[in-house]
Order: sequence, then structure tokens, then C-alpha cells
Amino acid sequence: MTAVITAETTRRPRLRVKDLRLGAVLAPLAVGAAFLGGWQLAVDGLGIDPYIVPAPSAIWDQLVAGRSNIIDGMVVTGRNALIGMLLGGLVGVLGAVLSSVARVIDQMAVPLVAALSVVPIVALAPVLYTMFGAAVDTGRIVVAAVAVSIPVYLNTLRGLRQVSTVHRELMATYAATPTQVIRTVTLPTATPYVFTGLRIASSLAVISALIAEYFGGPVGGLGKAITSAAASSNYPLAWAYVTGSIVLGLAFYVVTLLVELWFARHAPPT
Amino acid sequence: MTLTDPVPHNGPDNGSDTGPDTGPDTGPNTGPNTGPNTGPPAVAAIEVVGVDRVFRRRRDEVVALSDVTVSVAAGEFVSLIGPSGCGKSTLLRLVADLDTPTSGTISVFGKTTRQARRDQDYGIAFQQAGLLPWRTVASNIELPLKLHGVGAAERRARSSELLELVGLQDFGRHHPDQLSGGMQQRVAIARALAESPRLLLMDEPFGALDEITRERMQNELVRICRETSAAVLFVTHSIPEAVFLSDRVVVMSPRPGRIVDIVKAGGAEMGTSHERTDEVRDAAGFFHTVAAVREHLHGVPVNGARGVESR
Repeated sequence: MTAVITAETTRRPRLRVKDLRLGAVLAPLAVGAAFLGGWQLAVDGLGIDPYIVPAPSAIWDQLVAGRSNIIDGMVVTGRNALIGMLLGGLVGVLGAVLSSVARVIDQMAVPLVAALSVVPIVALAPVLYTMFGAAVDTGRIVVAAVAVSIPVYLNTLRGLRQVSTVHRELMATYAATPTQVIRTVTLPTATPYVFTGLRIASSLAVISALIAEYFGGPVGGLGKAITSAAASSNYPLAWAYVTGSIVLGLAFYVVTLLVELWFARHAPPT
Repeated sequence: MTLTDPVPHNGPDNGSDTGPDTGPDTGPNTGPNTGPNTGPPAVAAIEVVGVDRVFRRRRDEVVALSDVTVSVAAGEFVSLIGPSGCGKSTLLRLVADLDTPTSGTISVFGKTTRQARRDQDYGIAFQQAGLLPWRTVASNIELPLKLHGVGAAERRARSSELLELVGLQDFGRHHPDQLSGGMQQRVAIARALAESPRLLLMDEPFGALDEITRERMQNELVRICRETSAAVLFVTHSIPEAVFLSDRVVVMSPRPGRIVDIVKAGGAEMGTSHERTDEVRDAAGFFHTVAAVREHLHGVPVNGARGVESR
């Protein structure tokens, strides 16, 4: 009478890279190629000066020629963004755990979080350079950390409150201790939300670390390089650095997105 | 397998297989008179005496349960049936100590419900499977054992035993999202059985399943109960389901939630709850009992076309 079902019939295939349809990859590539081609033609045909818009080919030449400098800049900015992201993530998660445990802390944090999410954090950069000294990267890291902590805090707090009634009651019927409940149900429920927060924050971290360089601090980093290249009228080089920062931002986003997908792979669709 | 509704036979069917017509049946010795149980303990699995549950929200007062008295003997299968809002789920939650009665007493194996919950005297399955999506099927089943400090080797042995019991031995390493609804519900039942409880509490566990899966799950449940000889308190909306599975069907009515009557399901044709097979679904005794339960649910004797409604 027991209906034995074999695993083969019901195994749900997981999405793999090779399953991506060719069209999904080709279409954006075609758009990009058309855009760059049109840009090149417009610059050449209309004789646009490089200080207005340099040609893609000129930017490419600068990219190739200055690739080691660009990579150095990416390393400096990327390092600041990464450390800031880890610190901010830690602060956000710990803050959310505290807020979810104590209602008082949650209510106290509301105006602070609202203020921080409205104020452009990079505006604090000059103040922070004075605080920590303009010769070190600390100010930039702090800017990135503060920017990251807000979305991570908000998402984690939401995740911690997503524990379903049936799970809570189940743990009650097991007479589980509060620590067991947190370890077994609350934290695993919140984990995908933490990584959603980090994914949202990842590009924010790069942007904040980069913009903070515009306001001073030590030499090195993409932001500094963009301003100095523009100041010396080397516009194609400035654009090459901008390209480098786009690549850096994308790398942060894609990595955090993959981590998020990994942790959410068994979560029910919400 | 009969998927269509059984049309009750004509004539008065308050026959020999139904309980007394008035008043809740309170006798503790109304369990199955036959059965494979070896020496059932004298203490009842569940003893509910004069329980009221009143929900107060500001000035509103909702009487969810009013003067409910019912008992479940060891190894007995008892269903609670009634329309939405009749308090059947509330009663189950009171037994599970997820809620406390406003007045009256409930004991589980002679203990308070709180003590029974601490001692893990019951296993529970809800309408939603409620599996932890980030754990594999096997580690979901092992969860109660792990929380109560059972060693890894013993846990693994128990979970593979239970997977076999519910017919999912190939799925231990799968995650719940890779399983169909019926399979998830089986895992939930396996989890409820993990600590070999003498009492199972089930709150519409098949409510979200289609009729075909549902009948198969009912057959499985009969077999599992026979093999574990656990007592079951089973909440359902479905009359045929309640009659097919139970030794006794407790019929409840809403506003305020109370027991209308307790209908015995048994007799020569149906046997005890452990003896049910698909043939029982076609037996005249089954139809008679279904008709009797339906009559109590509708409050008045129905003589017309009562075979129309299926649940």
C-alpha cells in the first residue's frame, strides 16, 4: 500500500549557467555593441572634441595603456569598499539582532536610521578626514561602512521577523529553549534577508568609497585618479578610470548576488 | 476507490452504529473494544472536562469553546469535525498547550498539558507541513530528536526508519522545496512520529491536498496508526475522512463552539480504526455513519437529497 516514489521522477532541476538561453545573453550584448558603435561613429563623424565626449576607441587605448594604474586604483577603492562593507554588515546585523530582541532599542533606533538613510553619507567625508587624519583611508572605510549598515540593518530586522507562526508553534511544542529557537529557526530564516541587504549595499559601498575620495584623503583610488586625470585634461584617461569603477561596482554586485542566491536556494518563494 | 460522494441509503439510519443522540459522550471506556494493542494502559490519552475558552478583544467576547467534555483512550482515533469557527482547532491547541483554557481542565496521560508538552508526550502535525526549508528532509525529521539531545547515529537510524514508514526512503537528502505538497505532509507526519509519541495531534493535515492524494494519505495514516498504536486527535472538515479514519467522530457546532454529539464509527462492516481498507469506503455501514454525522452537522434530520453535498 505504501506508494514509494523514486527520486528521479520528482527531482527539480536547479538553474545552471548552461541553461541560460542564448537570447538572454546575446540581446544585451547586441545593444551594447550598437551603442558603442553609434558613439564611435558620432564622435568621428561630427568631430566632437575629447573634452566633451572622447571616442570609445580612445578610452580603450587609455584602458590598455594604463591598465596597471587602473587595477591599482581598483584595488585601493575595492579594499576600502570591502572592509567598509564587512564592518557595516556586522554593525547592521548586530544592531538588527538587538532591535529584534529589545523593543526599546528598536524604537530608539528608528529616528537614527531614518536620519542616516536620508543624509548622503559621503557628505560626512570631509568631517571624517579631519577626525581620522587625511593621510589614512579610515575616513573612506567609515563612509562605506555607514552606507552599508543601513540597508543591512533594515533587511536583517525584517528577516528576523519573518519566522512563520507554524515554525514558532512547532518549536513551542518541542519545548525548545529560547537559544534553540534563535539558532534553529530565527537566524536561518533571516539569513537570506541579510544577504539581500548586503547585495543592495554592495554597489553603495563602492560608490561611497569612491566618492569619498573626491573630498580629500590619501592619493590612490579610482576617485582620486578620475579627478586628477580630468584636472590634467586627459579626458580619455578619466573615462578609462570611470570604466574601471563600473567594473568594480559590477564585481561587488555580482559576487553578493551569487552569495545571496546560494543562501536563498531552498527558501520558499516570497 | 470512491471519489464521488456516497449517497446514503434510504430509511432511518440512526442505526446501531451511532452513539447516543443527546449529550456529549463522556465515558472514558468508549475506545475500540477490539484491537491489536497489547495491554492498553488504563489512563486516557486525553481527558477534557468542562472546558471553556473565551477570547476577549477589548469589549468583544468570543466564546470559542463552551463546556466541552471529551476523552480519547489510549490507542483510540478520535476526529473533531464541524464548520469553521466551531473551535475544533482551538480544542486541539489547548491539548497541545499552545493555548490555555479559560476554565475547565485538560489532562494528557494524567498530566497537565504543560507537563505533557515538556515531556514530549505528543507529536503534532499542522495543516501546513511547516518544514524548515533550509534543512534536508532527513534533518527535518531529526529536528525534535536533535533538540532533545539524541545522538547523531541514533537520529540517523530513526529518520531512515521513519522515511521508510512514510514511503520516502529516496528523499532523505532532498530539500522540502523539491517535494510535492503530499510528500511534504508525509515528512511532517514522520517528524511528528520521530519520538514515538503515544499521542498524535493532527490539525487538518490533509486539508491542502487534492482528493486522490488525500485518500492515499488516509490509507497510509491507518497503517501508521496500526503499526505505532498511537492515540490520535484529528481535526478535519471532511465527513468521509473523519468517518473513515476514526473510532469516534466528535461533531461540533459553532457560536459557541460545543459538542453536538459523538458518533461511533465501527461495527462489523467497518471494524476498528486500525482495520480500515479501501473496501470500507464502499460499505453500507460507512455510508450510514457518514449520514449520521452529516445529520448532526446540519442540526436537523435531513430526509431529502442529502447526497448532493460532498463535504
